[in-house]
Amino acid sequence: MSAKLHEITLTVNGREERVAVPAGMTLLEFLRERLVLTGTKEGCGAGECGACTVLLDGRPVTSCLVLAVEADGRDVRTVEGEARDGQLSLLQRAFIEENAVQCGFCTPGMIMAARGLLLRNPDPSEEEIVEAMAGNLCRCTGYEAILTAVRRAAREEREAR
Amino acid sequence: MSERELRYVGTSVSREDGLDKVTGAAKYTHDLALPGMLHAAILPSPHASARIVRIDTSKAQAIPGVRAVLTGSELTVRLGLYLRDKPILANGAVRYQGEPVAAVAAETLDAARRACSVIDITYEPLPPVLDARDAVEPGAPLVHPDLGSYEWMKGVFSPKPGTNVAHHQVIRAGDVERGLKESDAVVEATFTTAPVQHVPLETHAVIAQALPGDRAEVWTSSQSPHTVRHLLAHAFGLPHQAIRVHVPYVGGGFGGKAGLHLEPLAIVLSKAADGRPVKLVATREEEFNTIPSRQGIRSTIAIGATKDGKIRALRATYLWDAGAYADYGVNVGRAAAYSGAGPYAVPHCSIDSYVVYTNKVFGTAYRGFGHLEVLWGVERAIDLLAQKLGIDPVELRRRNLLHEGDRTITGETITAGHGRPDLCLEAVAKEIGWGQPGERPKDSSKVRGKGISVLHKAPAMPTSTSCAVVIKFDEDGAADVLVSGVDYGQGTYTTLRQIAAEELRLPIERVHVVNDCDTSFTPYDWQTVASRFAFMGGNAVIQAAADCLRQLKATAAQAFETRPEEVECEDGHAFLAKDKSRRIPYSKLALGYTFPNGNSVGGPVIGHGRYIATGLTHLDLETGQGHPAQFWTYGAHAIELEVDTETGEVEVLKVATALDAGKVLNPKLCQGQVVGGVVQGLGSALWEGFQFSPDGRLLNPSFTDYKIPTAKDTPHEIVPIFIETPQPDGPYGARGVAEHPMISVPSAVGNALHDALGVDLFDLPLTAERIQRAIEAKKART
Repeated sequence: MSAKLHEITLTVNGREERVAVPAGMTLLEFLRERLVLTGTKEGCGAGECGACTVLLDGRPVTSCLVLAVEADGRDVRTVEGEARDGQLSLLQRAFIEENAVQCGFCTPGMIMAARGLLLRNPDPSEEEIVEAMAGNLCRCTGYEAILTAVRRAAREEREAR
Repeated sequence: MSERELRYVGTSVSREDGLDKVTGAAKYTHDLALPGMLHAAILPSPHASARIVRIDTSKAQAIPGVRAVLTGSELTVRLGLYLRDKPILANGAVRYQGEPVAAVAAETLDAARRACSVIDITYEPLPPVLDARDAVEPGAPLVHPDLGSYEWMKGVFSPKPGTNVAHHQVIRAGDVERGLKESDAVVEATFTTAPVQHVPLETHAVIAQALPGDRAEVWTSSQSPHTVRHLLAHAFGLPHQAIRVHVPYVGGGFGGKAGLHLEPLAIVLSKAADGRPVKLVATREEEFNTIPSRQGIRSTIAIGATKDGKIRALRATYLWDAGAYADYGVNVGRAAAYSGAGPYAVPHCSIDSYVVYTNKVFGTAYRGFGHLEVLWGVERAIDLLAQKLGIDPVELRRRNLLHEGDRTITGETITAGHGRPDLCLEAVAKEIGWGQPGERPKDSSKVRGKGISVLHKAPAMPTSTSCAVVIKFDEDGAADVLVSGVDYGQGTYTTLRQIAAEELRLPIERVHVVNDCDTSFTPYDWQTVASRFAFMGGNAVIQAAADCLRQLKATAAQAFETRPEEVECEDGHAFLAKDKSRRIPYSKLALGYTFPNGNSVGGPVIGHGRYIATGLTHLDLETGQGHPAQFWTYGAHAIELEVDTETGEVEVLKVATALDAGKVLNPKLCQGQVVGGVVQGLGSALWEGFQFSPDGRLLNPSFTDYKIPTAKDTPHEIVPIFIETPQPDGPYGARGVAEHPMISVPSAVGNALHDALGVDLFDLPLTAERIQRAIEAKKART
């Protein structure tokens, strides 16, 4: 197969990447296979489970449904970019302390969905939190601890500001 | 165990693996790659039952990048846990839609999938048998005509060659017909559950490499490193040492990653591809279609009681729709039968549990191991009995729950150390405000109801189930705990870390439970199922820690020029009991102690602990009598819900769940198990269930058509309550609690719907449509 390659330039976790990708490559494949950023997971490949959620220009997207070429010229953030200088974010810490993590496979997507919410709305209501997280499936936790962690992170991030 | 105050056990320590998981650093099998690795795809059967007339793989072989194409006729191995009935790839016949018929390994996944799509297969479709009731009729098509020639575990299972019955479990206690005759009231009803999927977020995944000299190395998303190795060794006729199994982080299991799944296929593909490593990852559709599910049940239950509400007899037929292969299904049918009268004293009991082959995706272990299914019926039947007797459902349960001195239906005598179902029942009844009217819904089309249920479960495991732990000290006096049980989310590694820190007298930061299981290095553990890892692993950790302390104290005693009995340990130091100022840190003992003149004594500290199930017996094949339970965990749920009488939509307001945990080792993690289990139970109660076309195709193999609970579907409030009646042989008195929160959740929902609507529902899931139809039917009657 000699698929035509497309040159794209994008920023991933603050670092510029200039690469040639096939037209059919998804952003998820690009992140996992090319950049070996395997924190972003594939749970269904059909945009239904949210495990592959990343931020594209600050907005959560299911990266299995976005083509890598669509990310040309844009800013991508994955779970690997959430901690800064080796320091966990308040959101990550809240996930650990509230026991919002069990098997952990949905966790990166959950964290990115929550990050997307807090970026656009630092003081979300209960309904807004549930709405923002409802596209991400978790089979272990029953969601309560995840919602508690997002609530706590929102509060702590506001206080830290 | 000393009487000293506990520092870690019983406290809400956060999970150590949280750091890897919130940063994306945790590597799951999905994330691994080996040099030279190929990617595999499978071709599933489109038919529920068919003869394979011809397979032509020539076009697939010609696709660039294809390294191996396999079909069933090239593979003679038969697989099975208790009954060896399953080929690696269908050979001659397909027995369910979704069954792998051919597989390809190629340089890219894309090439492997394209190659699968051009494999040309001619099938002769046969009439499938899709309902277990039809499958047990004389003359039904046989899913396994050669059943009589298969190997099975004799003395435990009893397949019936010439029929579709893979196992028939019998329980007989007392004289059930007499008991029913002596009853003033008898209810009889039939209840069903649909097959459901486990839905781990990480689908099944394996990387396998066939090595020279008939060896293989496997990385797999599994709950059972040693059982995977054992079954592979058995299947391929190899010594255990020839197979090395690694289990990295696992993205959820719920029973669905116990036993053997894609591993054998990945090994034979690697072998066919000249030993290149092969990665095989189930797609989400294959996770529904090809990977086994929780089998459905049809239960017919008769319960009789005296007019003052004492149960005299229970007669049940449990008909399990096992699907095409026996896998764990036969053992589910066995275990759920010996629990099949609920946690009640039932003097006369007769249970027949039939595990029946059909042409559907097959069943396996799933959190609760059959107990959710049988207790769906039993706990609804108890409420029907309460209605008939005019006795409050909580009161009726109170009068019949097992107490010290009662006998179970397999003849085990209940002792004070068994735990207290009655306390669980009282706790949830109080929490839900049982007997008090709920608030009136704001919306006039809605009504509210409360329901209650109880549960019990013991680990379903071989009578010889065992587990070993090794603790090795590092140069700096920290300790590594090596186990082969898998923490696929439940948090057991954190619990074992707490126990190890407590017992080793070490700050918990200096104790690490090693995450990657490797059958070449981590000590034996049967498998991580049945809610027995904290129990058995915890006991083994206590023993291994004692072994380490013995070594540390012996070395310290030489340093102090005293006897080991004069030495005590605390906070990572050994010290003289009578002069605490004379202390040596573990870092100066862990590899041996060196005197000022250079002389050295002791040596590296490595401790070993183990645990084996004790006192268990096989059940008598004729009567079901015997001792199957290492421990019983009892519990109860109370649920309040609101239901829309126009649409049948249910909103769960509150769930109170009480479990007799013996000892709560980590409150935060236990609560996490309860909340997660209750929500999973609500999935089974309200939404989840396979739907099949008349010709046996699964109609809902995706998240669009198969709904699992989302963040929008959770109850307003879940209240976990723990009763702590110590388990005499449990670590710190603990018993397992991981599966139990899910069991009997649907029963409480069904009972609450009766309370709200005055209708009785018998079939899971309790979809809005079913509820609405029941409301309409009731209106039509009145």
